[in-house]
Amino acid sequence: MFEALIAKAGLEDIHGKVMAGERLSADDGRRLYRHDNLPAVGYLANLVRERMHGDRVYFVRNQHLNYTNICNKSCLFCSFYALPKDPEGYVLSPDEIRARMETYADIPISEIHMVGGVNPKLPYAYYLDIVRAIKEVRPGVSLKAFTMIELEQIRRIARKSMAEILLDLKEAGVDALPGGGAEVFSERVHEELFQAKSDSDKWLETARVAHQVGLPSNATMLYGHVEQTEEKVYHLMKLRELQDETNGLLAFIPLSWHPERTAIDHLPGPTGQADLREISVSRLMLDNVPHIKSFWIMNTPAVTQVGLWYGADDMDGSVLEYEITRDPVTDRVQALTHTQMLDMIGESGRRPVERDALYHIVDQPDTIRPAYLEPAGSVAEEAAAGSVGEETAAGAG
Amino acid sequence: MIADIAEKVMAGTRLTAEDGRRLFQHPNVTELGMLADHMRREKHPDPVVTYNIGRNINYTNVCWVRCKFCAFYRPPGDREGYTLPDEEIFAKVEELIRVGGDAPESCEILMQGGLNPKLKIDYYERLFSEITRRYPAAYLHSLSVAEIVYLAHISRITVEEALVRLREAGLKSLPGAGAEILDTEVRDAIAYRKETVQEWLDVHRLAHRLGMKSTATMMFGSVETVEHRLKHLLRVREVQDESLSGRDGYFTAFIAWSFQPEGTELPGTRKATGYDYLRTVAIARLMLDNISNIQASYVTQGPKIAQIALGYGVNDFGSTMMEENVISAGGTSFVMPTPEIERLIGDAGFTPRRRNTRYEFVENSAMEKQDAAM
Repeated sequence: MFEALIAKAGLEDIHGKVMAGERLSADDGRRLYRHDNLPAVGYLANLVRERMHGDRVYFVRNQHLNYTNICNKSCLFCSFYALPKDPEGYVLSPDEIRARMETYADIPISEIHMVGGVNPKLPYAYYLDIVRAIKEVRPGVSLKAFTMIELEQIRRIARKSMAEILLDLKEAGVDALPGGGAEVFSERVHEELFQAKSDSDKWLETARVAHQVGLPSNATMLYGHVEQTEEKVYHLMKLRELQDETNGLLAFIPLSWHPERTAIDHLPGPTGQADLREISVSRLMLDNVPHIKSFWIMNTPAVTQVGLWYGADDMDGSVLEYEITRDPVTDRVQALTHTQMLDMIGESGRRPVERDALYHIVDQPDTIRPAYLEPAGSVAEEAAAGSVGEETAAGAG
Repeated sequence: MIADIAEKVMAGTRLTAEDGRRLFQHPNVTELGMLADHMRREKHPDPVVTYNIGRNINYTNVCWVRCKFCAFYRPPGDREGYTLPDEEIFAKVEELIRVGGDAPESCEILMQGGLNPKLKIDYYERLFSEITRRYPAAYLHSLSVAEIVYLAHISRITVEEALVRLREAGLKSLPGAGAEILDTEVRDAIAYRKETVQEWLDVHRLAHRLGMKSTATMMFGSVETVEHRLKHLLRVREVQDESLSGRDGYFTAFIAWSFQPEGTELPGTRKATGYDYLRTVAIARLMLDNISNIQASYVTQGPKIAQIALGYGVNDFGSTMMEENVISAGGTSFVMPTPEIERLIGDAGFTPRRRNTRYEFVENSAMEKQDAAM
């Protein structure tokens, strides 16, 4: 029956390819980006998502560390950075990193996520030291650290090859690389918004080397500013090519851009439909990438939960200490509790699976179903008025 | 799992209570969205999403009812209680017309207040006729059932007489406010002093018989279960069936909005999620096959979920509001300028069109003025 609605939406051919497990073309990607029936696009993405992951939703309990906010790249879409001489700039010493880790030592976590600005003042040893400090406090927890952009800087300061520094970092305790800094693979957007930062070729090359030396990574795309559909399709195609070659990508994370306090805050930022669409189109196009993550801090918890039916199988985690995009209204650092995460997953009819940075399963907690979904009595008859007892109403409260 | 229901929707067959019950247990939101969107496009083949320029005027916050879900009211005698002076109300209407333009009956005035023992029928008659006389551009879409029942009661007249007199004074249609959940157990738990299920339905029936149009709402996400929501939808559908066969008035639209717990006496309650909202609004679209328009509630859901709802059977973005005092007292409120509403509608693949309260298109000649005012 839903096939008929898909056909009515003009997506019969893409549906056929999805069912046959056939790869979608760049042109299919363009059509999915422009299609006006978003639930139909989501329906297709969900077919792929359920074939790969059933009803599982992966989440982590993680701690974020931003070791420095000093950055010389001046990207126009960023509200986080401080320039090298800015009084608000900071660098966390290895001891301070250790202290932050110890602050939360009693809280069970399954991943540490560490990224920072491109700070030219930091010596090579610093990076290895902070990794070791983290692993000393939390030896059993997986560490995801340093984007391809930071690695460029680390390589420059280390005066070694990319493969060599990646092996050093791996030995010190890095388990995987985050996907940030990819922005949009487009020379035009690169020129316009982040020209000081390395371009797509560099990003892809660093990722390629990392995957080859045994460090898997994520990949992101920051959307909702000045990019065009064509550029997003190209971005996804380039990642798919990379993955065909290395199989080192763990997850793709479409990042919903937030205009607040950036240099281009006259732009309105992406809509809710745009957020869901990125999840769906990436799930459909990136047939070789295992996971699609809806990062709730960027997408809002509400959109993220809905996204679990639009192709996302991962919603990141109950984040501690995330600094990069604060809540635009309250200016508060954001966090979800473990229970809130489980509630969101359970309500959406999915099953929670706690993972680490490498998607090893850490725990499979029970599914929580909210009380309001419990059926109570019958409604059809006039007598129904009396059939729902006080107990139910009170119990649901 | 719901292929048989999908078949009914595509054939235009009315869904049963059991169908509704199964839809509420169906977790795949994209499927619910596709079905609701199918029905929405059958009812509104043009890819248009409408919105309305209007404002709330909360003329008094004095209320003796003390609903547990409300953070807006002040009991009689409370120092924070107020009733707006007429001049202030007129100023608010004028402010709206400056934004909305002077096309006749194009600017919606949603007067809503508490049940204030000092305000009887003559207060409303005088105020409404004065607004009507002064401002031909205004359209009075005002007063909830609770206010009408109460003002009739303290004025010692019947509800019918009250409605007739208010209509003569200029009241054009009734908002669906205060329906909450049309189920006795739920109302007993959250608003036992308010009008009964029967009263709410009867006043709308009566208004329809008198030729007045109205809207229906549902406040979900407090203590009710999906079964209560279903009951609510079926009761609204039943009244609409009656009204469409032989009455001049009927429900023009249905609006689902979610309970906002902060500051209320129901603090243990969680806030309904966007996922819950989208499923609920889609099911409302599917069950209420006899109501033409489904409005988004961006005030409670925020711009992202409200815009996503345009794929879930919603064909109207509601009113621009200008100010909102009741829901914001409960912790959440999103008020949005018209250009932003138009952007969200356009981004979802629809053409934005301004409408009046009767759902007729209004040319938006005043838009430039408004841009300048923002």
